[in-house]
Amino acid sequence: MKNTLLNMILVLGGISAVASAGVGYVYKITEGPIAAAVEANKTAALAGVLPAFDATTPAEMTLDEIPVTVHTATQGGNVVGYAVETATRQGFSGEFRLMVGFSPNGKVLAVEVLQHAETPGLGDKMAGEGNPLLASFRGRNPGGMNLAVRKDGGDVDALTAATITSRAYVDAVARAFNAVVRSTGGAGADADAGATANTRDNETPAAF
Amino acid sequence: MDKLRIILSGIVKNNPTFVLMLGMCPTLATTTSAVNGAGMGAATMAVLILSNIVISLIKGVIPSKVRIPAYIVVIAAFVTVVELLMKAYLPELSKSLGVFIPLIVVNCIILGRAEGFAAKNGVLDSALDGVGTGLGFTLALTLVGAVREMLGSGAIFGHKFIAGDGMLIFVLAPGAFLVLGYLMVAFNRLTAKMKS
Repeated sequence: MKNTLLNMILVLGGISAVASAGVGYVYKITEGPIAAAVEANKTAALAGVLPAFDATTPAEMTLDEIPVTVHTATQGGNVVGYAVETATRQGFSGEFRLMVGFSPNGKVLAVEVLQHAETPGLGDKMAGEGNPLLASFRGRNPGGMNLAVRKDGGDVDALTAATITSRAYVDAVARAFNAVVRSTGGAGADADAGATANTRDNETPAAF
Repeated sequence: MDKLRIILSGIVKNNPTFVLMLGMCPTLATTTSAVNGAGMGAATMAVLILSNIVISLIKGVIPSKVRIPAYIVVIAAFVTVVELLMKAYLPELSKSLGVFIPLIVVNCIILGRAEGFAAKNGVLDSALDGVGTGLGFTLALTLVGAVREMLGSGAIFGHKFIAGDGMLIFVLAPGAFLVLGYLMVAFNRLTAKMKS
């Protein structure tokens, strides 16, 4: 076709219209399955860190400018645990997100890594089963711990050769604990893991 | 016979990765494992075939001055479709390939084949060219991914054959350059020998 202005406008406009109609159609088809995949992902993560439950109620809040979601899990109306979607920005490769499960009395049940970009073979061991970080937290109440890696004088065993990742992990778990405390109206924990001094802002009288 | 040659040309003589050296960014970034490499290759191949077909169909009506924007609209639409489908039906793979799926839009292989082949040839030939080039890209990415996975994590397609870690550098960015470089040498050596 000739390069007249009208031709160019018509052809480019026509192609764009057909293309956007096609994309819109596919979006309509995939909208449901995508939402289902995201939902399945979240349910799997929740089930991975909590005991059996039949319902969860999410509560969103922002701690240190990081969005945190506390899912309160109940079975037959009784609270059986809290699963917290938490994050830290102090990872070796930026932000990573964890799901931390707490028992109703504040003990850590399990931690799952939702998304991270830590170094393969070093920092990414935090996602492995039975790593020292998880072992340090499991079955303990972060409120009664000195929340820092051993190198910084705390109670948490760090990953070998991944101190920065370990500090960030502690930061994220501390934030999760503080979120549970805030949502139940109790006292926060204080992470000494480096630049987390502002978690102190969340300290309120003890409840756990 | 001619049709077969179009496909083979994309795999060997004009292999996008080892010979034309196009699309290096996804090649280096997504080949941390054989599965990721294959997934990236397959997604690129789907876009390549579809865009080649459509562009060769509409090449007659596009005024030459706006052909590049027209191609980009077609390619971007197909990339978005592939991205949505992967998110819906292959959520795990789409998670591990992340932003590199939408970035297929700017992959030079696709625009290169649109401009260099589909705009001058018929629909069937263009589709076959898409298949050939796509296969060449997929095989190259899978090979790079497999070598990096073997050396870096001691596994092949996710099946571990040694306990513990491999040589980690091969999973990290520098390993991508090393593996790609040596594979390029080997590939060109081999094809040069076949010619003589």
